[in-house]
Amino acid sequence: MFESLTQRLEGVWQRLRGRGRLTAADVDEALREVRVALLEADVHFRVVRDFVDRVRERALGDEVLKSLTPAQQVVKIVHEELCALMGGTGARLASASQPPTVVLLCGLQGAGKTTFAAKLGGLLLRQGRHPLLAACDLQRPAAVDQLQVVGRQAGVPVVAPEPGDRPADVAARAVDRARRLPADIVVVDTAGRSQIDAALMDELRGIRDRIHPHEVLLVLDALAGQDAANVARGFAEGVGVDGVALTRLDSDARGGAALSVRSVIDRPIKFVGTGERIDAIEVFHPERMASRILGMGDVLSLIERAEAAWDQDKAVEVQRRMRGAGLTLEDFLDQMQAVRRMGPLEQILGMIPGLGPRLRAAGGMPQLDDKGLGHIEAIIRSMTPEERRRPEIINGSRRLRIARGSGTAVSEVNRLLRQFEDVRRLLKGAAQGRMPPGMPPVRGLGGGLGGLPGGMGALGAGHPPAGLGAGPGVVGPGVGPLPGLGLPSGGPAGPGRTRKGPKAGRGKGHRKGQGRKGHR
Amino acid sequence: MGQGWMGRLRAGLGRAREGLLGAIASAVGTRRVLDAAALEGLEDALLGADVGVLDAEALIERLREAAARERLDADGVPERLRLEIAERLRGAVRPLRRAGEPPTVVLLVGVNGTGKTTTAAKLAHRLKADGDRVLLAAADTFRAAAAEQLAVWAGRVGVDLVRHAPGGDPAAVVFDAVAAGRARAMDFVLCDTAGRLQNKANLMAELQKMTRVAGRACPGAPHEVLLVLDAGTGRNGLQQARVFTETVAVTGLVLTKLDTTARGGIVLAVHRELGLPILYAGVGEGLDDLRPFDPDAFAAALLGAG
Repeated sequence: MFESLTQRLEGVWQRLRGRGRLTAADVDEALREVRVALLEADVHFRVVRDFVDRVRERALGDEVLKSLTPAQQVVKIVHEELCALMGGTGARLASASQPPTVVLLCGLQGAGKTTFAAKLGGLLLRQGRHPLLAACDLQRPAAVDQLQVVGRQAGVPVVAPEPGDRPADVAARAVDRARRLPADIVVVDTAGRSQIDAALMDELRGIRDRIHPHEVLLVLDALAGQDAANVARGFAEGVGVDGVALTRLDSDARGGAALSVRSVIDRPIKFVGTGERIDAIEVFHPERMASRILGMGDVLSLIERAEAAWDQDKAVEVQRRMRGAGLTLEDFLDQMQAVRRMGPLEQILGMIPGLGPRLRAAGGMPQLDDKGLGHIEAIIRSMTPEERRRPEIINGSRRLRIARGSGTAVSEVNRLLRQFEDVRRLLKGAAQGRMPPGMPPVRGLGGGLGGLPGGMGALGAGHPPAGLGAGPGVVGPGVGPLPGLGLPSGGPAGPGRTRKGPKAGRGKGHRKGQGRKGHR
Repeated sequence: MGQGWMGRLRAGLGRAREGLLGAIASAVGTRRVLDAAALEGLEDALLGADVGVLDAEALIERLREAAARERLDADGVPERLRLEIAERLRGAVRPLRRAGEPPTVVLLVGVNGTGKTTTAAKLAHRLKADGDRVLLAAADTFRAAAAEQLAVWAGRVGVDLVRHAPGGDPAAVVFDAVAAGRARAMDFVLCDTAGRLQNKANLMAELQKMTRVAGRACPGAPHEVLLVLDAGTGRNGLQQARVFTETVAVTGLVLTKLDTTARGGIVLAVHRELGLPILYAGVGEGLDDLRPFDPDAFAAALLGAG
């Protein structure tokens, strides 16, 4: 997300930390780096200027120069100011005293309004609400079709226009429909324009004045540059904006728009879009984002995702069976799927504090994708239920059949079985009190997640930098040390076990899989 | 965070919208000389147009030299800056390639929401107006209703469309379209692809497959791989250009949404670093609003005078 900004600031801190005492010139040098980093992160130049001025003012004050740990003081000031810039605490959607709550989306063309509408609907559904989507983009060809398709994927009903409808008519009908259904929240998708012009504002105001939304959300692209500030301001003045949704935060854009917008229109960022899957939406947490920019990781988001992906009852059951060394390949598969539900591996790893710099030091973030996991899943799915429960019955001819069925090689099947045996043996040992340190038993959310940072720390520490640099080796068959899995691997994915070349993830399977998962 | 700070910021951003000329006027002030403060103001204005720190500093350096050497004064600044910017993009102009033997296969690639589908339609319209026979290919099989959107456009333009069922293999669409293009003696086959973020390895690999398959269906294809870049894109545009060029050998850029308040300053960095030409600029929502890129017009617009 803010990877590169984090990287640059880390470089600055490193240099500041190397000194006992800071001079005004030191502070200025560091702040120059901060300025460039923020500008390259697309933070608006005026926001950058004021930000740097404020930090300088405080950094040159007595609290820093006379402090015994001046570098830490500067870091603390930057962090505080960054948090302040992004808004105090996470904000929630407005709620109508009398349902339905009406949410109006607005934004430029290509910001991702239609996709976001469905994602928001899906999120509300998961929160136990009864959402309804209104397709009021009558401008872009097939926009209504698109909303109907993604709405179906999210499981949220869509109100489509009838012949002769104007956008405001559709919106009004949707609100009316919500009262009768009943649905308690209506999300209104609107047409974008390539720019903020009078026609767009008139249309939006027309809809607004007809349905009186409780919340107007501006959908903004995290890839946006300096103009994001103007756009936010234009919509704020034209229709009034209550909150912002930042899309495409799963890109490698640094997303400085997040920093500008809040200060420019004084409205909080409420949601972020983090992927193409229909459930790739998260509530925005300013303090987490600030920590993330400063290279402190994003453990809270990680835990939240893990909670959503894990079935607590199942975890308890697995734990019970593991104690008795009755772990089956089916459990193995369940756990793996839970990890995959947390999102792309690369994203998950990016949230681990301290892992980012370590990976970069080792030659950059390895190409992490889900193919390694996909192979293992395919292998296990090619087994009969009996084989999954009792892997010891898998003989040579069964191995050959499984390899064929999963489109893998017998050697891969062998490797998985060997690893599984290792895991089972380790767990048996653990149940008898011989658990290796840093590998807590899976205890659903409590134990398993408590072990997250530790487990990942083990990944970073256990793998020599060269191994990390090798890239795909990290995903390889070494599923063990993944967070939440809590399963120790059959050893680090050393060179001998590394999957060959960064060829993983070719083809279309992954993406289609994403689409299907959207139906969950 | 004091309210005064916020207030100042908001007032300042209001000024930013008046464009670079206004910024220049206020930077130069009433003294009519280019002092450090004035140059700093100009640098801010360039930064606000997404020109980026490196290019903004280089441009300001040129102005500083000119001021010292030629006694350049405030009145000469806008024209000088415009020329400097246009000069940097002079080599970025070239027309669309044509294959020695038709059809010419063009692949439109880019991140989500930059306007690939619309650009495909506008380009088809443009080529058709020149008397070429054009076939559109809906190789975005991922985004819901993308093919429908392109079908509507194909109808308006009056060209044929090759499409498959949603969720199909986009490379198969490309293959069929190119094969159909050859069979039907088309001059151009324009392939619209799904938007993808350049940091998604699997999606980039999917794009590579499309180019391979195009080459299999017609030797030498794709003849053009055009990266569609949104003028509102910030610094990430450079990263987009780098990665797309690395994976699928981008041959040129289309800069869209130049009719907005965004200035598209990112192309300066993209052209400087990668040497990519800019073939077209999207300047509006109508079918006719795709124009050959013009460095002088672009530079003038970037300075708020276009």
